[in-house]
Amino acid sequence: MQKTPLYDRHVQLGAKLIDFGGWAMPVQYTNVIAEHRTTREAAGLFDICHMGEIDVKGPGAFALLQCVMSRNLEGQKIGQMKLSILPNRRGGIIDDLTIYKFSEDYYRLVTNAATKDKDLNWIRKIKDEKGFRSVELIDITEDTGKLDLQGPLSEQILQRIMKDPLTPLRYYCSMETKVLDAPAIVSRSGYTGEDGFEIYVSADKVGEVWDALLEAGRPAGIKPIGLGARDTLRLESGMMLYGNEMCETVSPFEVVYGWVTNLEKDFIGCDALMHQKREGVKKKLVGFEVEDRGIARHGYKVFKEGREIGEVTSGTFAPTLQKAIGLAFVPVECREPGTSIDIQIRDNFAKAQVVLLPFYKRKKK
Amino acid sequence: MAKENPADRKYSKEHEWAKDNGDGTVTMGITDYAQEMLTDIVYVELPAPGKKVRQMETLAVVESVKSVSDVYSPVSGEVTEVNQILENQPELINQDAFGKGWIAKIRMDNPAEMNNLMDAAGYTAFLKEVEH
Repeated sequence: MQKTPLYDRHVQLGAKLIDFGGWAMPVQYTNVIAEHRTTREAAGLFDICHMGEIDVKGPGAFALLQCVMSRNLEGQKIGQMKLSILPNRRGGIIDDLTIYKFSEDYYRLVTNAATKDKDLNWIRKIKDEKGFRSVELIDITEDTGKLDLQGPLSEQILQRIMKDPLTPLRYYCSMETKVLDAPAIVSRSGYTGEDGFEIYVSADKVGEVWDALLEAGRPAGIKPIGLGARDTLRLESGMMLYGNEMCETVSPFEVVYGWVTNLEKDFIGCDALMHQKREGVKKKLVGFEVEDRGIARHGYKVFKEGREIGEVTSGTFAPTLQKAIGLAFVPVECREPGTSIDIQIRDNFAKAQVVLLPFYKRKKK
Repeated sequence: MAKENPADRKYSKEHEWAKDNGDGTVTMGITDYAQEMLTDIVYVELPAPGKKVRQMETLAVVESVKSVSDVYSPVSGEVTEVNQILENQPELINQDAFGKGWIAKIRMDNPAEMNNLMDAAGYTAFLKEVEH
């Protein structure tokens, strides 16, 4: 199993470690509910070094990305981030990722951990096919440390260990800066539904930054947070997870990614997706709340009037909302909020209701 | 650290405890070690009173935020009572696995089955083994 530069720290903190896409990662340090609450109420620090980073550099970088990404990057300003999917030729999802823009021909892709290699291979293949000779694709995952600092007190904590002011940094924007004295990229973004930051420093500095954040955040109640709470936080906020909600045979129109699929531009998979949009999709990802007792989990079957109609992709007990929630694929005719569905939980059928996403939305200041 | 395993009861390798009530019934639950492994228990699926189970058959289901775990019956018999409070306060198992977090009472078919279970010292030694 691969280890992040923070592995020894996790062991020392008494984390329960699991195999996550080939990486030994902390699933929890104390327990999921406590870590979830800490992130919603104060601040949580996440080791995200396992995620992939690919730099796309050189003349033609923009044109190559326009060609492989579903998102139209036309208006993207320097410092702005964009969420996109990387579609295959049939319009299925190879990965969902964020695209940072550092200059006119310098971009960074931040990918899921388990998908990084196939993303890189795919983009490389298209680069060769289309003859983007001057574009460099550089896998910087191993040299890059990534920390997510999430929660309402994140800004004041991070500000204590860096000079550049964070307040002007807007949502989904990044800046080149220094954290401690390490060159860093900091963006206001994340995967929890809270205000917060994604911090990139070199792998050999990430331990120092981790320690400094835990120290600087101690009065505010910062805690290290495992992947268990990362999953409940993202699900409460209605965010999807590659491998659960998305795969190579699922289209962005079937999940909640129609908005990152810009058919007005030409890209790989565009024709298939255009066709799909015209014909309409048959199934759709929806949020649901379980009304009976019980917790729906990944893979549980969805029924309506005794007939099997779909499957749960993610499900959990939501610590902030104090109820069982989840995401499921259902036929489009069952997508409307308020629709009653039944979920098979072992030998029982639990009543559930389709609801609008997200389940949880933070109060804006 | 897990609490000490009380000497007044028997233990299974699946981390259930059974306490002989002296009237032909046992009270059962999961051990403190088990609740510590599960952490944050948020749901307990209790058996219906009257349900008949065999020793080490699934009796209940305990869910934490992340996982679903079967709870096995430490003895064969009939469920006479379940701890209804767990329906609204499943965290009682985390707080007091050997006491208020009990799961069910079972009328034993064959009290000799208790001999298949470990005593507290045996279970404590068993835990040391599994934790190596």
